[in-house]
Amino acid sequence: MIEVEDLTKSYGSHLGIDGLTFSAQKGETIGFLGPNGAGKTTTMRILTCFFPATSGKAVVAGYDCFEDSFEVRKRVGYLPESVPLYGDMIVDDYLAFVAGIKGVESKAVKQTVTRTMGDCGLDAVAGRPIRELSKGYRQRVGLAQALVNDPEILILDEPTNGLDPKQIKEIRKLISALAQQRTIILSTHILPEVSMVCERVVIINKGKLVAVDSPENLTANQRDSSRIFLRIAGDGEQIIKALREIKGLKKVDPAPAADGGNAFIVELADGADGEQSILPIIVSNSWKLTEMRSVETSLEDVFIQLVTEEDGV
Amino acid sequence: MSPRNIGLVFKKDLKSYFNSFIAYAVIAIFLAVTGYLFSNLLASFSVLSLQAHANPMVAKQYNLLNVNETVVRPLFGNISMVMLLMLPLLTMKLLADEKKSGTMELLLTYPVRDAEVVLGKFLACLTVFAAMLLSTISYPILLINLGEPEVLPMITGYVGLFLLGAAFISLGIFTSSLTENQIIAGSLSIGILFCFWLMSYSTAFLSPDVGQIISYLAINEHLESLAKGVVDTEDIIYFLIFTVLFLFLTLRSLESKRWR
Repeated sequence: MIEVEDLTKSYGSHLGIDGLTFSAQKGETIGFLGPNGAGKTTTMRILTCFFPATSGKAVVAGYDCFEDSFEVRKRVGYLPESVPLYGDMIVDDYLAFVAGIKGVESKAVKQTVTRTMGDCGLDAVAGRPIRELSKGYRQRVGLAQALVNDPEILILDEPTNGLDPKQIKEIRKLISALAQQRTIILSTHILPEVSMVCERVVIINKGKLVAVDSPENLTANQRDSSRIFLRIAGDGEQIIKALREIKGLKKVDPAPAADGGNAFIVELADGADGEQSILPIIVSNSWKLTEMRSVETSLEDVFIQLVTEEDGV
Repeated sequence: MSPRNIGLVFKKDLKSYFNSFIAYAVIAIFLAVTGYLFSNLLASFSVLSLQAHANPMVAKQYNLLNVNETVVRPLFGNISMVMLLMLPLLTMKLLADEKKSGTMELLLTYPVRDAEVVLGKFLACLTVFAAMLLSTISYPILLINLGEPEVLPMITGYVGLFLLGAAFISLGIFTSSLTENQIIAGSLSIGILFCFWLMSYSTAFLSPDVGQIISYLAINEHLESLAKGVVDTEDIIYFLIFTVLFLFLTLRSLESKRWR
């Protein structure tokens, strides 16, 4: 459905993206991750035909973004990061305008707008000027304009940016519902969101591809150590000193504990047996162990690890 | 090109002019200024008419008995000057504001051609201008009721003003495509229009050949004959070429932005 091959975009001497290659299958939801300035928006702008790439190929829904940009634009719904809307337009009029421009038949425009407004939870603001809407509703109007012609492909640049937790949950639910029938590329800074919504993740940094895989594989592949959370009553300094003697230890860090007691995260090399190494130390020192659990590697950890590796940190 | 898409952009921008009250404000100010100028012309015509009534030599000297020469032609000249200052206020937002607010990013990713966007916006602005011009129709109606002016020069004069307005709007859209700052777009538009207006003043200091070219390029020269009731295809073609040229340059400007 989306094929990106050796895509490069230069802004003068600066490379926005550099030889990017990835693909998305029909019905797949791809999480597009990268630090600020990594080239996510540039890639999305090329895929939505806002501007052409300097070199390389981008094919969307079987059409080349440069050669057949008009056909691509008919099939793509796009929500830019800043959610630009016409403030002086009424919500219904704006969506009717977008529906018309996107080729919805004149007779069907009203019905399409009503359905989309219902899907995006905009019924309460029907008839109101866009400039009077809250950030959350503006975001929904932005999403509605992307969806109004029921496109095969959705490209959403940080769709939950600036929303409150309730609104984030609602938009995420809406995207999950949409994902069942469409190909979606979703850029976000909220990494748990990617784990929840996306089947695959594309991580880029400084315009270059860093990793492409499912969130599960990424976290599994990046794990070269295991981490254990411990809560122990006793003298903190003595405990750390003793824990440093564990075989296979990579590092031990104090961790915040809810009750103000001593908590630590012990990182062990892969293959080291945490329980066998830690428990004898606790028993021999007669400390009181109140909590012991393994800490899962999150996508956030993977992201930071991959990006910092790329940066040479 | 799809007439439906042009119509949709046209409708959106026309509504925007009225929803944001820009159209009401510009039309009201335009009417106030031109109305003031018209009443002054009428008052001075009436004073001179009284003088001419008392002294027929004065009438002969100033050709005062012709209301077209003393009121209608200067009125068209005055209206065109007010248009030069006010139409850039209508055009400066058309593309600059879309770029500044980011809506251009969305608009250019919709299945709509650049030419449809530019034409839709041009026609929306032209419609507001037509409403402005139409609102001044009370001036010639008043003249027809008060005196016996020739109607044909009034009609051709209005056609001339409409074509002149179309040319101003086309240039205004072009300057609006060059920047995302509305003030810069508006100032640039007024500056370039003044150049086209004032260039005829320099013909006296130039060689006859160059002077003739400059005189042909000067925009106000082409309104003169239409205001006199003379329909010269050369003038009509000048306005049409001017309008099409700047609409074409606007398209090129939008296209070049995509490549940056």
